[in-house]
Amino acid sequence: MASFTLKINGKKHDVDVDPSTPILWVLRDHLDLVGTKYGCGIAQCGACTIHLDGAAMRSCILPVSSVEGKSITTIEGLSEEGDHPVQKAWLEHDVPQCGYCQAGQIMSASALLNDNANPTDADIDSAMSGNICRCGTYTRIKKAIKTAANS
Amino acid sequence: MTVIKTKFNRRSFLKVTGAAGGGMLIGFSWLGGCAPASEPEIAIPSEWYDINGYIKIGDTGMVTIYSPNPEIGQNVMTSMPMIVAEELDVPWDHVVVEQAPLNTGFYQNQFAGGSLSIRLSWDALRMAGATGRQMLMEAAAKEWGIDVSEVNASEGKISEINGDRSIGYGEIASKAVGIEVPEEVQLKEPKDYKLIGTSKKNVVAKDIVSGRPLFGLDFKRDGMKYAVIQHPPAFGMKIKDFNIDEIKAMPGVTDAFIIDTAIDDSKWFDEKGYLQLIAIVGDSTWPLFQAKKALKANWEEDSELESTELHNQRLDEALASGDAQESRKDGDTEAAFKNAAKVIERTYTAPFIAHNTLEPMNFFANVTADKAELIGPTQTPASLEETVSKLLDIPVENITVNMTRIGGGFGRRLYVHFGVEAAAISKKIGAPVKLVYTREDDMTQGTYRPTYKSIYKAGLDENNNLIAFEVKGAGLPEGPVFPNRFPAGAVDNYSAEKIHASTNVTTGAWRAPRSNFTAGAEQSFLDEVAEAAGKDPIDFRLELFERAKENPVGEEYEYDAERYAGVLKLVKEKSGWGTEKPGIHRGVAAYFCHSTYVAEVMDIEVVNGEPKVQKVWCAVDCGIVINKDAAKNMIEGGVVDGIGHAMYSKLTFEDGAPKEENFNNYQLIRHHQAPAEIETFFVENEISPTGLGEPGLPPAMGALANAMYKATGTRYYHQPFSSSDQGQKTVIG
Repeated sequence: MASFTLKINGKKHDVDVDPSTPILWVLRDHLDLVGTKYGCGIAQCGACTIHLDGAAMRSCILPVSSVEGKSITTIEGLSEEGDHPVQKAWLEHDVPQCGYCQAGQIMSASALLNDNANPTDADIDSAMSGNICRCGTYTRIKKAIKTAANS
Repeated sequence: MTVIKTKFNRRSFLKVTGAAGGGMLIGFSWLGGCAPASEPEIAIPSEWYDINGYIKIGDTGMVTIYSPNPEIGQNVMTSMPMIVAEELDVPWDHVVVEQAPLNTGFYQNQFAGGSLSIRLSWDALRMAGATGRQMLMEAAAKEWGIDVSEVNASEGKISEINGDRSIGYGEIASKAVGIEVPEEVQLKEPKDYKLIGTSKKNVVAKDIVSGRPLFGLDFKRDGMKYAVIQHPPAFGMKIKDFNIDEIKAMPGVTDAFIIDTAIDDSKWFDEKGYLQLIAIVGDSTWPLFQAKKALKANWEEDSELESTELHNQRLDEALASGDAQESRKDGDTEAAFKNAAKVIERTYTAPFIAHNTLEPMNFFANVTADKAELIGPTQTPASLEETVSKLLDIPVENITVNMTRIGGGFGRRLYVHFGVEAAAISKKIGAPVKLVYTREDDMTQGTYRPTYKSIYKAGLDENNNLIAFEVKGAGLPEGPVFPNRFPAGAVDNYSAEKIHASTNVTTGAWRAPRSNFTAGAEQSFLDEVAEAAGKDPIDFRLELFERAKENPVGEEYEYDAERYAGVLKLVKEKSGWGTEKPGIHRGVAAYFCHSTYVAEVMDIEVVNGEPKVQKVWCAVDCGIVINKDAAKNMIEGGVVDGIGHAMYSKLTFEDGAPKEENFNNYQLIRHHQAPAEIETFFVENEISPTGLGEPGLPPAMGALANAMYKATGTRYYHQPFSSSDQGQKTVIG
């Protein structure tokens, strides 16, 4: 066990966990930030996507020891009122079915739009292909990303 | 003013958590930490009045509607309350929605399966709303000293027909609870619907996009332990012992033991891969995942360790045996094939596939000496309660089941074992516990879509009329054939045989069971037969439906030929069939299952040498559509799921275990492989609504195979189509 000070959604949090613990489980089990989801544990499904210094990262393979001093944003911190342009676009297109993957999708999409305000279909495919939606809401997600890009 | 206790006494644990704008969510307080996202349109009531088990009205006019069935992404949590609100006649922005707990004494059919939620509850939901409306009207009439026939109720208000008096539902609700429940109520005519048939946003959407706790995996309770399980490494193996002392000594581990969840007289929902499991308990998830890796267990073989090769052999043997469990025979196929000018025979196969709900199996259980509290994602709460009662010898009345939002169902959570395992672990440790499966546990545990093999044979006469049709289909363990479905009734000489074969790999209902293979096989076979007959594939099918309608063969068949033909005609019109642009390769398929008719046209373009689905047109007849945009979402999901599983997914067995364990080697469809556009059209009629969770998927497999043939010149007989070996040649003869 070791102590870590983490900067998450603009606030400092102290946790005492094994250094190998992925940030996913620190968020979920120790900090009650359960919006970030467990899906595969091997960075293949994208359900656990967070922003690390603004870039989309899979938190399920990111040991807590590697993120100290970096700025973490989770779905809970993307906006205060759930009104980030990407979240609003998701509501406009009524994207979710089961909803489990959507936090990860939104984190990948918002990171994409931070880097590329006007992505092409190919840019979207490339940035989003690491995020599985088992319910098959891909076409709505793509539309929502374009709506968010235009807003 | 009398406050009537609510039937389930839920008032103490309600909190408004949703957004304004209608259909907000009210969550149980166990999803603590939820706060109102914004102020609702209507004030939060100080008193609630229970009208019936579906409706509670607050003194401000806010209405709580309980959604009885599990929510697995089919959006019943919005559409079921819409039906109640329609008949109650209340503005949608006065409504908040709450997931009802399991209450077998009050609600009926509290399960999510078979695309049945709306279909089975249509009457009950309308009755609940209409009863509430009638009671409010009677209460107002009584208050004003006039007859109930002199008042009208609409948009949350009662008005005097020939007068100026009016009163809001919230103001009269306290009086309505004393009104005798009417024995008869008037239901609205479809033409008068204000909510049904419109598009209302998912009531939980704001919570989903904000990452609020909703799912079973998100649930927490003070003092709760976490648990993981380890099942044997292969079907046909069981546990002997494991390094228990070593595991218990690991950091973060508080206990480890073997649980046995075998019960007498198990039922279909008890289907599971393994009855005995190693359980490891601790204070958080990650150390338990580490402890799983440190397990050194001894396993022993108790039945044969099967392989894909053996499975294929068993399917062949079953087909050769002719030992059918269900069959149908019209006319004389043997003689007809002898007389046919052309005979076409093709074999289709599909592998075992896993459900792979993105939220892995998990459940919370708090079992004390004589009580059990179960909270989590289940499609069949009543079945879970039944099995926990049997295993732990606790009467069902002492068991409560609450349903969280469910991160995907697809049939996987019809099976209750993970909830039962959580209960067994809680009982053993004497504490509340949350069981969490790893993805690998989830994918290798079983309950798969069976593997199938079907042989189709068709005979055409010299005028290219279909005179004989034969299908023989085997599955491990259940054969995929529906003997009385299309083209039964449309062909003079018809034979269908459904053949079972054995396996120790556990299987279960996977979205559109059997149809999820048979639709693809049958619809691509018919495409090939139409081609051999020199006919347009839509016209060819329409001729058969005409025959089934005008002069049906045999005593009965399981579809309405007119509605079946109707979706084909609609998709033909909407897609501009026959007018596609150069470079576009089109396929069509239509299928009827779960009481709903769906036809799909799929356009493929070859991009950089790879076929890519660009656009899909869907025509759907599910009777009355409740929530239009959400209904389209279900069909879109079915299409993507159908393309994905026909194209990419498979489990391959070796030494009794699947080789694929996670998403690095089990392929699911991803963003860049999904269609660019899906457009859905509904047949407008006033037939009672049927389900949409499953019917969009099966025809997608057929339309894909047929469009792929046009694009590549190769017929696709073997799922997944992305595998290079498609076996048979395309020669017709």
